[in-house]
Amino acid sequence: MVGLRRLLLATIAILAMAASARADDFHDLIDRLGAESFDAKVQAVDALGELGDGRAVPALKALSDGLLYRTADGHVVVVEPAGDTYRLFAPVDHGGLGEAKSGAVDKVRVNNRLRGSITGALSRLTMVSASRDDRLNAARDALKHLSADSAPALERALEGEKDPEVRQALTVALSAARLTTGTNEQRIAAISVLAQSTDSEVRSLLGRLANSGDLDPGVRKALEAARRGLEQRLMWIGFAENLFQGLSLGSVLLLAAIGLAITFGVMGVINMAHGEMLMLGAYTTFVVQEVFRAFLPPSWIDSYLIVSAPAAFLVTGAVGIVLERSVIRFLYKRPLETMLATWGVSLILQQAVRVVFGSPNKEVSNPSWMTGGFTWLGGATITWNRLVILGFCAVVMLCLAVLLRKTSFGLHMRAVTQNRDMAAVMGIPTARIDALTFGLGSGIAGIGGVALSQIGNVSPNLGTIYIVDSFLVVVFGGVGNLMGTLVGALSLGVVNKLLEPVAGAVLGKVAVLLAIILFIQKRPRGLFALKGRAAES
Amino acid sequence: MSAAPGFLDRRGWIWFLAIGVVLIVVVPLLNALPASGAAVRLPDYLIPLFGKYACYAILALSLDLIWGYAGILSLGHGAFFALGGYAMGMYLMRQIGTRGVYANAVLPDFMVFLNWKALPWYWYGFDHFAFAALMVVLVPGVFAFVFGWFAFRSRITGVYFSIITQALTYALLLAFFRNDMGFGGNNGLTDFKDILGFDVHEQSTRRALYITSVIAMGGVFLVCRAIVASKLGRVMLALRDSEARVRFLGYSAERAKLFGFTVSAVLAGIAGALYVPQVGIINPSEFSPANSIEIAIWVAVGGRGTLGGALVGAVAVNLAKSWLTGEVPEAWLFVLGGLFILVTLVFPHGLVGLAQQLKTMRRLLPAVGARKLAE
Repeated sequence: MVGLRRLLLATIAILAMAASARADDFHDLIDRLGAESFDAKVQAVDALGELGDGRAVPALKALSDGLLYRTADGHVVVVEPAGDTYRLFAPVDHGGLGEAKSGAVDKVRVNNRLRGSITGALSRLTMVSASRDDRLNAARDALKHLSADSAPALERALEGEKDPEVRQALTVALSAARLTTGTNEQRIAAISVLAQSTDSEVRSLLGRLANSGDLDPGVRKALEAARRGLEQRLMWIGFAENLFQGLSLGSVLLLAAIGLAITFGVMGVINMAHGEMLMLGAYTTFVVQEVFRAFLPPSWIDSYLIVSAPAAFLVTGAVGIVLERSVIRFLYKRPLETMLATWGVSLILQQAVRVVFGSPNKEVSNPSWMTGGFTWLGGATITWNRLVILGFCAVVMLCLAVLLRKTSFGLHMRAVTQNRDMAAVMGIPTARIDALTFGLGSGIAGIGGVALSQIGNVSPNLGTIYIVDSFLVVVFGGVGNLMGTLVGALSLGVVNKLLEPVAGAVLGKVAVLLAIILFIQKRPRGLFALKGRAAES
Repeated sequence: MSAAPGFLDRRGWIWFLAIGVVLIVVVPLLNALPASGAAVRLPDYLIPLFGKYACYAILALSLDLIWGYAGILSLGHGAFFALGGYAMGMYLMRQIGTRGVYANAVLPDFMVFLNWKALPWYWYGFDHFAFAALMVVLVPGVFAFVFGWFAFRSRITGVYFSIITQALTYALLLAFFRNDMGFGGNNGLTDFKDILGFDVHEQSTRRALYITSVIAMGGVFLVCRAIVASKLGRVMLALRDSEARVRFLGYSAERAKLFGFTVSAVLAGIAGALYVPQVGIINPSEFSPANSIEIAIWVAVGGRGTLGGALVGAVAVNLAKSWLTGEVPEAWLFVLGGLFILVTLVFPHGLVGLAQQLKTMRRLLPAVGARKLAE
C-alpha cells in the first residue's frame, strides 16, 4: 500500500518536473528539493547554492529542520504543525496555502550527506545575503569549515562584495581554501595573505599545513616565515590584552586599597573590615538596580549606575564613620587590637548581609552602554565595562588628589598624617579629621564595590577576595600617599595578569606574594615611604 | 615589669596535676568503663571532640607565646598548624596501602586518580612514623625560621608583620589547592585507616589519641612556661613593651624574636599533627586567613600573656562554637564577631583577667566608698 502510494507520488513528481521544466529555474529547483532520491535532492541543493539566490534560504532551512513537505501535486511546502493538521506555507514567499491533514502531505527525508550539502549551500547563500552581519559571519564560518570546493563560491562572493571588513574576511577564507587545494604559486600567494591575519583559526590552519608531510620547498619557506610573523603578532596581541586586563584589575585594586592606605597613613590602623565596604558598595548597587526595575520606567534602567555610585559612597561612608566613632577611636595606639576588632566587624557585616539578602550570588547587570566591547590591534578584545571602570577610577583618583591638595580638609588630613600631636596643637580637630578620613576611605571602597559589581557577581564574601591583595598594595606602595598606592595597585594588577598565562593563575599569585615578601626586605616601608620625622613611629 | 613570670609555684603545680589527672584518667575512664547507655558514661563522640580542643589549646599556647609575650601578632599561625597536619596526613595516607579505592600499594588514591606513575620525591620516607614525626617538627620550624629571619632582619613589625603572615598563609592556601602540588588538592588527605598499626576508627585508639593530645598540651604548657620564666623570656617581654629600648640595651631583638617565632611554629605544627588523626582529614581550608585570625581571638578571649588564658580561651570559644553552630547556625558568626569587638574594647585581659579586674574593682570600691564617707 505504502509502496504503491510512493510509486504514484514519484510518478507525479516526475511528471510535474517534466511539465514545469521550462518554468523559471529557481522555482523548479525549489520543487526538486522534494525529489524522491537523495541524489536528486543533493543535486537540487547544490544547484540552489550555485545559483546564489538568497530567496532559497527559508526552504533550505525548513528542509534541514524537517519542516519541508511534499504535496500530492509535486510541489514542496513549508509546514507548521497545528494539532492534527498542518498549516502550509509557500517555500519562497511564505504565503499561506491553507491547511492540510497530516496524511495529505509527505515529509521530505534528509540524511547526513544531504545535511552536509544544505550547510554548504546555506553558507554560500548567506555570503551573498542582504545583511552585512550575516555575510561577515558566513565568511568567518567559511574559514572554520573549509572544504575543497568552497573556493569558487568564495571567489564569487568576493566579486560582488563592497564592505571592506567582509572583503577582508572573505579574502582570508579564500586564501585558506586555496592553501589546501591550489597550485604552488597560488599557495604561496595565499600564505602571504594569511600572514597578515591575526586569527587564531589561521594559526592552527598554518600549523596543520606545516605538519602535513610533503610540501614544495618554496611553499614551506613562505609558510615558516608567515607562521613566525603570525606567532609574534599574536603574542603582542595577547600581551596587549593581558596588559589591559591587568590595568583593569589594578584600577579595582586601587579603588579598594586607596582607602586602606589613607586610613593607615592618618590613623596607623588597619581596617580589616575594609573589604566589607567593597561588598556593601556592591550590594548598594544591587539595591539601586532593583529599585529602578521596580519603580521606574524600563527606559531609565541604563542610568541606575549614575545613582548607585554616589549612593554607595554615602552608605559605606556613613558605615565607616559609625565604625570609627563606635569602635576604632577607642583603639588608637593599639593597632594589633584594631585589626582583631575590625575583623569582628567584618564577620558581623558579612553575616548580616547573608541574613538580609541570602547567601547566593546576586546578579547586577551592566547597563547597555557598558556591555559588549570592541577589538583593538586586530584581535585584542577590549570590553566596555572594564574600560569604563578604568576611566571611572581615573576620575575618582583625580577628585581625591584635588581634595587632598586643594581643600582645607585635605590640608588637615595631611597634617595629621605627618604629625598628629603637632597638628592638634595647631588647632586641627584631629578626632573629626579621623572620622571624616575613615568615612572618605570607606566611601571610596564603596565606589570600588560599584565597579566590582560590574565585572562579577555580588556575594557576601566579595570583600575577602580582594582584601589580601589590597593589603599587599598598601605594603608594596607605602602608606599615606596617593602615588604609592597608584603605582602599587597598577603594577600588582598588571604583574598578576601578565604572569597568569605563563605560570597559571594560582602560581602567578603565589609568585607575586613571594616577590612582595622579598621586596619589603629592601624597603620595609614600601615603595614610596614617608620620609623625615613622620617615618619614625 | 614588676611581676616577672616565674616557673610554676606550689599552688600552680597542684592545679596543673589536678587538672591533668582529671583529663588523663577520669575522662577516658568515664568513657571506657560504664556500659554504653549508662547515665554516667561519656558519649563516644565527645572523646575526639575533646582531643580536638586539646589541639586547639596547644595552638593557642603557641600563639600566646609570641603574641602575648613578644608582641608579635602572627595572622598566619594556621599555616604552621596545617603544615604539621599535612606531614602527619602524609604518613596516615601511606599507611592506607592497598586498602584504598584503587588498591595501589604505593600511590595514594588521588595520585592514581590524577594518573601519576610514581611517588613524588617529597613523599619519600613518610611511610615511617619516625620520619613523619621529624617532619612535623622540622617543616614548620624551618619554614618559620627562614620566613622569620627575612622578616625580623628587615625590622618588619606590628601590623606589617601581621599582614605579611596573613599573605603567607593565603599564598599557601592557593598553592595547596592545586592538584599538581601533590597534596590532594581541594580534597586534601583523608580516608585514613590506621596509625602505628591501630585502627583510627576504634574507640580505644581515639582515647589513646585524646590522652596523647592532653599530655602534649601539658608538655607544651610547661615548655612555654619555662621559656617565659627564662632570661630569654624576659627579653621577649621587654620587646613587647619597648623594642627600641631593648635594642639600645644591647640585646639582639632579632634573635629573641626568631627563637620565639620558630618555637611557636614548631608547637603549632605538633598541634596540627595531633589534630589530623582525630578529625580524619586535612585540607587546604586550614590555611585560610580566617582560621588563623580565629586563633588570635581564642587567645584574646582567654587573656593573652598568661598561657593559662590561652588554654581557657581555646576551649571556651570552641565549646561555644560547637554548641552554637548546632543550635543556631546563623548566630555563630555574629557571636564570634561580637567577641572580637567586645574582647578588644571592654575586656582587654580576657577571661583570666576578668577575675583580676573584678577583684581590683572590689578592692577599689570600698576604698571609694570610704573616701566618700570621709568627705
